Amino acid sequence: MWRAELYGGAKKALSIVLGYLPLGFAYGALASLAGFELSLIAGMSLLVFAGSAQFIAVNMLSAGAAGATIIATVFLVNLRHLLMSASLSPYLQAYPRRVLPLLAFWLTDENYAMACGEFKKNERSHLFMLGLFGTAYAGWVLGGTLGGVFGRFFSGREAALTMGYALYAMFIFLLVIQATEKRLMLAACVSAALAVLFYYFIPGNWYIILATVCTATLGVLSEKWRRIS
Amino acid sequence: MAENFLIIFGMALVTFLPRFLPLYVLTRLEVPRVVEVWLRYVPVSVLAALIVPGVLMQDRQFYFSFGNSYLLASVPAFLVASLTKNMLLTITAGMCVVLFLHWYMPV
Repeated sequence: MWRAELYGGAKKALSIVLGYLPLGFAYGALASLAGFELSLIAGMSLLVFAGSAQFIAVNMLSAGAAGATIIATVFLVNLRHLLMSASLSPYLQAYPRRVLPLLAFWLTDENYAMACGEFKKNERSHLFMLGLFGTAYAGWVLGGTLGGVFGRFFSGREAALTMGYALYAMFIFLLVIQATEKRLMLAACVSAALAVLFYYFIPGNWYIILATVCTATLGVLSEKWRRIS
Repeated sequence: MAENFLIIFGMALVTFLPRFLPLYVLTRLEVPRVVEVWLRYVPVSVLAALIVPGVLMQDRQFYFSFGNSYLLASVPAFLVASLTKNMLLTITAGMCVVLFLHWYMPV
């Protein structure tokens, strides 16, 4: 029984793994081209497990940024998980509390999107979720390690730019599958416009959080206003 | 080298805490309705805010040019994502366009 649950979750993760292998490879290859050791490349995937944060860290480390700046930037980029984590909490009320830290450690954008889809259809057990998230994690670590080993065969500016685009393609995919309603599509447009504006005028990397907080608040206000009128 | 590992531990910590704390606290408390509505807008807003400045701008200036392969590749990536709902195909299509543009239009 428990095996069937784990296995069912793992099977659901295969489409994520298919995306994580090339994306993880791109991360590992970019890091290896920037001169990082394999232990560091694989260690970061094992301990951090956050695609965008790892790409950003590689860029900043090779540009010689200070450790504190890198960690602060990673923190800001990862703040979006605060809201994803909160939004999953209603579904996890009945889970054994000891699995929550592990599920939280594995809470990436893709796992979150997949989990939302699953919870919309069914109730899912904690074993199912562990199978789903854990398999995706294994795929990410494997991809990064392979990239670290074989990345040196992919030197050249075109290859680096191409692998760097994997991150944006992933974000575009995630946005498309999550913008299922008209108001969410509208929110994406508003947030994009605000982000461009904030990025243009405000120094630092605050534009992502500012645009998100403003858009979500506008969304709540517009729903309230519509109900009154 | 040792410093790099320290940075990784720091990254691991600031990645884990935002993923864990809300889950841990809110599984014990009732989430107010207004918070729930607010949270529903967050994922799409974050993603849009990450994508659009990233492909549209460079060094805080607009970057409209055939040299901007990321902007050009985002159109087919968006179409493939909408039509197939498949992450692997989306990433492959986007990366192929970027590679193609840099091979055939070296700028």
